[in-house]
Amino acid sequence: MHELSIAQSIVEGATEEFERHAGSSVVAVRLQLGQLSGVVKEALLFSYELASEETPLEGSRLEIEEVEAAIFCQTCETERTLESIQHFRCPVCLTPSADVIRGRELLIVGLELEDEYETATG
Amino acid sequence: MQNDLLAAELRLKFEKANVFVVSLVSSPGAGKTELLQKTLTRLKTDSRVAALVGDLATANDALRLERAEVPVRQITTGTICHLEAHMVHTALEGWSLDELDFLFIENVGNLVCPSSYDLGESVRIVLMSVTEGEDKPLKYPTIFSTADIAVITKMDIADAVEFNRADAVESIQSVRPGMRIIELSAKTGEGMDEWLEFLKSKSL
Repeated sequence: MHELSIAQSIVEGATEEFERHAGSSVVAVRLQLGQLSGVVKEALLFSYELASEETPLEGSRLEIEEVEAAIFCQTCETERTLESIQHFRCPVCLTPSADVIRGRELLIVGLELEDEYETATG
Repeated sequence: MQNDLLAAELRLKFEKANVFVVSLVSSPGAGKTELLQKTLTRLKTDSRVAALVGDLATANDALRLERAEVPVRQITTGTICHLEAHMVHTALEGWSLDELDFLFIENVGNLVCPSSYDLGESVRIVLMSVTEGEDKPLKYPTIFSTADIAVITKMDIADAVEFNRADAVESIQSVRPGMRIIELSAKTGEGMDEWLEFLKSKSL
């Protein structure tokens, strides 16, 4: 279980970005999570709640967009989504490929902010 | 992620100093320390080598490796089940990379968590021993798919434990097509020449 360490670094990264936007609060942090990132979504969501406690991100949501693993198939000359991460091969022509082009993501792609003033009045 | 940035910085530093950095990952008990001890002993005759070893609680591995009489530092991770780039960075303080040809980083015995952390290494080696079950790569595809070379250890007892070589190779190739596999026994020395030759070539 290393999701808590990952969650802490997400909180750190997001906090750093958030501090550039004074006068707002964070509603959600958007994350891309690849199938080959080695991170379990459910464990990460749980860890995020713990890691964000007593930080400016407390109470915010972690929105995870899962990214399926994809390889480039030399034979078909196109990218293909893997049918299973136990078999790195083209699902159409079955050519093996270690050329991973998607699926390793562990990436903060956005912050959803809310204006403090609007929050107070709305 | 912060770790990736720091790992990229480390990689640049290693390249500049022309030191070949080899990280070792495996499940506990696959034989990382044994292989490392024998490797250090043989490499030090004509190369400048050092090692960092990660462990949850003890310094036993570093003590074992000190027998090879090369610089060794222990990274005690406490409750953390993997090494991170900042731990490597801190552990290297005071060492001059320019005076090294090889740096080995032995990760904490774990096939899950280390896969998410780049350490800035030149190559990542995944070890599996003949006692572990030939389908290990299928159970832990992520770590195998992020490694550069697979080393099968404890080949001296392969027959005794009825190790099925063809199945193991098939499992590895299934999750990492084309990956080079080196079979060896650190204990008897079988396969060690091929392993050392690979290291000395400093390339995949």
